Amino acid sequence: IMCASAKYNTRGPALIPRMKTKHRIYYITLFSIVLLGLIATGMFQFWPHSIESSSDWTVEKRSVHDVPVVKLPVDSPIPERGDLSCRMHTCFDVYRCGFNPKNKIKVYIYSLKKYVDEYGTLVSNTISREYNELLTAISDSEFYTDDVNRACLFVPSIDVLNQNALRIKETAQALAQLSRWDRGTNHLLFNMLPGGPPDYNTALDVPRDRALLAGGGFSTWTYRQGYDVSIPVYSPLSGEVDLPERGPGPRRFFILSSQMALHPEYRLELEALQAENGESVLVLDKCTNLSDGVPALRKRCYKNQVFDYPQVLQESTFCVVLRGARLGQAVLSDVLQAGCVPVIIADSYILPFSEVLDWKRASVVIPEEKMPEMYSILQSIPQRQIEEMQRQARWFWEAYFRSMKAIALATLQIINDRIYPYAAISYEEWNDPPAVKWSSVSNPLFLPLIPPQSQGFTAVVLTYDRVESLFRVITEVSKVPSLSKLLVVWNNQNKNPPEDSLWPKIRVPLKVVRTAENKLSNRFFPYDEIETEAVLAIDDDIIMLTSDELQFGYEVWREFPDRLVGYPGRLHLWDHEMNKWKYESEWTNEVSMVLTGAAFYHKYFNYLYTYKMPGDIKNWVDAHMNCEDIAMNFLVANVTGKSVIKVTPRKKFKCPECTAIDGLSLDQTHMVERSECINKFASVFGTMPLKVVEHRADPVLYKDDFPEKLKSFPNIGSL
Amino acid sequence: MQTRKKYIFLTFLASWLLLFFFGGDQLRRFAFFSGRKAEARRNWPRWTDRTLLKSFADPEELQGDGDPSLLSPRERRAAWLSIYRNSRCRMETCFDFSRCERNGFKVFTYPQERGQPVSETYGKILSSIERSRYHTLNPEEACLFILSIDTLDRDHLSGQYVRNVDEKIRGFPLWNGGRNHLIFNLYSGTWPSYTGELGFDIGQAILAKASFDTESFRPGFDVSIPLFSKDHPQRGGDRGWLHQDSVPPKKKYLLVFKGKRYLTGIGSGTRNALHHIHNGKDIISLTTCKHGKDWEKHKDTRCDKDNVDYERFDYQELLHNSTFCIVPRGRRLGSFRFLEALQAACIPVLLSDGWELPFAEAIDWGKAAVVGSERLLLQIPSTVRCIHPERVLAFQQQTQFLWDAYFSSVDKIVHTTLEIIKDRLSPRRSRSRLLWNTLPGGLLVLPEFSTHLGDFPFYYLQHGYSPSKKFTAFIRVVSQPGSLSQPILRLIQAVSGSQYCAQIVVLWSCEKPPPPSGKWPQSTVPLTIIQGRRKVRGAGGRQGSGTGAGAGTATAQPHPPVLPPQPSHRFFPFEAIQTDAVLSLDEDTSLSTSEVDFAFLVWRSFPERIVGFPTQSHFWDPEQGRWGYTSKWTNELSIVLTAAAFYHRYYHSLFTEYLPAGLRELVDGLAACEDILMNVLVAAVTKLPPIKVTQRKQHREVVAQQAECRDGAAGTPQPGQQSPSAPHSAPAKLKGTAGSRRFSQRQDCLNQLADWFGYMPLLSSQLRLDPVLFKDQVSVLRKKYPGLEKP
Repeated sequence: IMCASAKYNTRGPALIPRMKTKHRIYYITLFSIVLLGLIATGMFQFWPHSIESSSDWTVEKRSVHDVPVVKLPVDSPIPERGDLSCRMHTCFDVYRCGFNPKNKIKVYIYSLKKYVDEYGTLVSNTISREYNELLTAISDSEFYTDDVNRACLFVPSIDVLNQNALRIKETAQALAQLSRWDRGTNHLLFNMLPGGPPDYNTALDVPRDRALLAGGGFSTWTYRQGYDVSIPVYSPLSGEVDLPERGPGPRRFFILSSQMALHPEYRLELEALQAENGESVLVLDKCTNLSDGVPALRKRCYKNQVFDYPQVLQESTFCVVLRGARLGQAVLSDVLQAGCVPVIIADSYILPFSEVLDWKRASVVIPEEKMPEMYSILQSIPQRQIEEMQRQARWFWEAYFRSMKAIALATLQIINDRIYPYAAISYEEWNDPPAVKWSSVSNPLFLPLIPPQSQGFTAVVLTYDRVESLFRVITEVSKVPSLSKLLVVWNNQNKNPPEDSLWPKIRVPLKVVRTAENKLSNRFFPYDEIETEAVLAIDDDIIMLTSDELQFGYEVWREFPDRLVGYPGRLHLWDHEMNKWKYESEWTNEVSMVLTGAAFYHKYFNYLYTYKMPGDIKNWVDAHMNCEDIAMNFLVANVTGKSVIKVTPRKKFKCPECTAIDGLSLDQTHMVERSECINKFASVFGTMPLKVVEHRADPVLYKDDFPEKLKSFPNIGSL
Repeated sequence: MQTRKKYIFLTFLASWLLLFFFGGDQLRRFAFFSGRKAEARRNWPRWTDRTLLKSFADPEELQGDGDPSLLSPRERRAAWLSIYRNSRCRMETCFDFSRCERNGFKVFTYPQERGQPVSETYGKILSSIERSRYHTLNPEEACLFILSIDTLDRDHLSGQYVRNVDEKIRGFPLWNGGRNHLIFNLYSGTWPSYTGELGFDIGQAILAKASFDTESFRPGFDVSIPLFSKDHPQRGGDRGWLHQDSVPPKKKYLLVFKGKRYLTGIGSGTRNALHHIHNGKDIISLTTCKHGKDWEKHKDTRCDKDNVDYERFDYQELLHNSTFCIVPRGRRLGSFRFLEALQAACIPVLLSDGWELPFAEAIDWGKAAVVGSERLLLQIPSTVRCIHPERVLAFQQQTQFLWDAYFSSVDKIVHTTLEIIKDRLSPRRSRSRLLWNTLPGGLLVLPEFSTHLGDFPFYYLQHGYSPSKKFTAFIRVVSQPGSLSQPILRLIQAVSGSQYCAQIVVLWSCEKPPPPSGKWPQSTVPLTIIQGRRKVRGAGGRQGSGTGAGAGTATAQPHPPVLPPQPSHRFFPFEAIQTDAVLSLDEDTSLSTSEVDFAFLVWRSFPERIVGFPTQSHFWDPEQGRWGYTSKWTNELSIVLTAAAFYHRYYHSLFTEYLPAGLRELVDGLAACEDILMNVLVAAVTKLPPIKVTQRKQHREVVAQQAECRDGAAGTPQPGQQSPSAPHSAPAKLKGTAGSRRFSQRQDCLNQLADWFGYMPLLSSQLRLDPVLFKDQVSVLRKKYPGLEKP
């Protein structure tokens, strides 16, 4: 089985027992003969075939009019009408789709034919421009297969986008004679204009048996939830008119109606609204007195004023989308394109792609009966939300409405998500516009949990050769009540770690991990030996931290398990002279980083550091032997959006005489290098994720006038 | 020997060649020979005349989609009413919206009839509704009706099956063909087919049913609810079992199932196949044949061995120790194990084709469960093996969130059902899918407050918003005699000195009218005075509690009938509060500007929590078997007094509108309980403790204003009630009886709230946030908040 988690499987291939040499020769000879035979067979069998079979495809220079003609006998079978009870588990053959590592369905497109009836009259137009675009898009996509036997979904090339343009019975017959029709199982039809006079059915009238329908204009009674796909009615204006996205800000009109063939009853209601609310409501109509030659479809009029359509849509905050004879209206697409918030008034309408799109974020749906209250309903929406809805509307158009390609791919993706639900695209990916995706965070540890104290933490000490100091650190850390294991990462390949007997005897298990290379990133590897959530990263020279300070740090981490909780705090600053970031290790009133020389954090971040660090940061850190701590701070802040927590006032860590600023970062070149790191990382992350705060965590009774012996953590050093 | 082998090989070779020459056609599909694909993938042709193709519809047709011969919209809607009924019901055809417009969303439960006992579970459902803030006793103002007839078990073989429901219903004058009725059902149909048959005509009623199948489900009308046992708790409910985010998120087993194997009948297709995936190592799938009386009749060869294996594993142990749990259909589509797995953070792998998942209208199950297909059972092991650990971790957390938000008690299940229906009534004031599927969940987010995510304290990080940069100081005054006292003047001065202060709002809850505006200190920020009493009457939602208490005081105050200021009134969502942050203050609180500044900056880092100064804590008292409360100095804290605390303005709305009136009455009846309730509420929402910030410990003496206070607000039922929460006093030091009474009242309050919520939401914290250089041995000049360190 192939799957993404294969990298966690480290076992090698099973060993093949060695055969005797003599036998081996036989086998090898035999194998080569068979192989040669196979190759020869392949040459004879498949070469001519492939040339032959692709001959009618590879020739690009063909016209739609040259496609083969198929005559449909009068008595050729007609499929059953669509079955309203169809669902994926009853009418769809999943076995055709199979289990595949990519989790992609395979879509086959029937070749184009021209269908004529007994008398040679065309059944429908061969293919429309839009349907051709749609099929081209599918054919160019990852979903496409040209092998009918491997396909999971079949798309007929018979164009049923517009029911008015076809003959229903004959089209049905044409469908039924498709080579893999099989009662329409796994067949997908695209239709945008269903129904016809007088009753305007809300789904395609062509009998189609079990075929799935991607339809524009479903009502809740014809839509088979989880089986059909509701799609938009494509507006060809999308391709013709370029409306640049309009930023937030006031617009000339509050409500605008631009549809031309409104039912008089609706028009009356809209005009009443206009009369009531004055100029903020604009109800446009067809222009009657245009001079010849002006394309009437691109103009709208109100009394004598002439407006350009669809540009006028950008002048309004809300745009009314009323149902016509059909529920689905092409104007919805124009409205979204203009970044105008659609006010959808079409009872029982299934909005396009409603299975995945959250229309509440981009539109206002008002029941037909509530039309008179429209103005007050819309007035109650806060301005900030309107701006977001405008942005959202525009995003829906860009992603799912703007072209037949967008419509086709969204439809296939929805079906794909049903078949491979565990690999489905998430709500956020469908709905969040790029600006939100960019500025928001999705915390991988989002559930508010205070981990049980009992599991304790694992201290991870990175060391090279300072054995004496290391032993002191081990002894000190082992005094912390919640320590559950101590892991020494021995980063020196030239020297063996001291013998077992020389190590300090401590009450918790002590493990030594030897690394293959002296890399700083070894400190952040998610070792299997770390069995607790909490990791205490500590340098081998941090000897000043008291047991109370460490225990308290662990308690603080439990309250903030998704943050870096550490002792030495640092700050990044914007250097206005140099126009870049600067690293600050002075005692400041603010903190934006904690050094991982002594810090608690969740083991999950080890995974992130090792496998998900953006760009080349990880290698860069290993190459420069510096800034792994800054990289960790960036990583955690970027994924959680939260600040670090500095605990306790402690500022000296190595020895009482040391200055507070530790040796490593003391000299000037190092400071410069650290600043470089910040600038480098900020450019890789594309943003500055670090958050500056002015607080640190102390025990509740720290420095309070209260008997020390009653405090939980009395021994909190002052510097 | 050798020659024989040679011949064998030769024959072998020959047959291979033959196979390839003659049977090659069959083998062509082998991926081995896919070389040709690279040469010419037969794509959809680029037609030479593709640009000349006609559009699918001419623009006239697209833009002028009208047909004057059609029915007018009004006629069409009227025609719909008669066509789309019963099994084709939708909200717009079967539900009378006008009933809900007059009085809002009110739910009426039919009175219990004598001699008509209901099952324990239905009793819980009814009491959940009666406890909800939507309940009404008046059928006239109701929008939704709930029957008193127990319709949960409609299996006519069951003991709880109620007979002649049709007849009974017809006798109800309010029935009205089922319009605006909500019917709950857990079991429908019976052996052998277990259809959705209820045994009576529900007409136009909304059906909230467990094990709903997609075919009979009326989308946007019915509600699918989960199947829950009769032991499901009424309120509160147990927590989920995930206490830590282990990394990697693997447990001992990958996938488990333990349950009955149906040898015949509906559902046996899947149940009879489950044993195939058992591998005895990381996939444990155990089935037993033992069920029903005559299982031995259908017994097959597997049964005996399976039954033995079955006994070797404990169901609970498997639940606890598996990453994924198979949740197959039983005889019906839903099963108890769905909720069991959800609670256990064992990611449900659903094998129940055609099941309309519980609350699927609101909940995005793709984030918490693997929706498998019964037909692809054998692929399940490889499917779940391939789910990336990161996703597993997210799945596990989401199961816990959903469990806790919508399923852990009958209250939650019923309230979710009601909220889903309520959301349909006014699409404008409804929750987007995002709100339902992110913390803290749909029940705790009131669309009446706002539909904009940025107005809530929960979504700042997810959506890249940030809380407002200013705050509103909200001072409650209960005891000012005629002129303003020194403490309040000092307080206004200190607060208005903060660079982050946008406005000051004073809630004047005294008997006497507030001093004229000239008497108030002049400050740079606008000051608004709200007169408490008038607001109480004006506030619609609070009328019930207001008049109730008013009647009690009427004797003390013959005329005019003035309502006493209710303690909980301070958390009314006053329009005057314009900023996200509220700094709640009592009139005698003493704070300095730098304390306020620092605390506000801390709040901006934790906008969903209460951030404040004086704190108290709770603890479990095992001797008395109840919750204890202490205001002594302790190493922990769980309550921040609202006498000096920052919190998000949304909590005012949540307090007043989300909590049922009964609970607020309870709080108003107890002295000094409202701030505990606020803390309990915020903890229940966030599942996090509050945050304490540094405070100058200089006002530790007893608050002086008590006597005046009583003067100021005569008519208070109990003397202690009016005392402000005395932030800077440690009641332990209060030796008087007033102090100890107050203390025991607060303890009472704590226990009553724990009882009401069904658990103790409060959580303890061991830390306090101080400025980075607080009390460090550095020059005061370097410190930003030196003022906080003055002794």
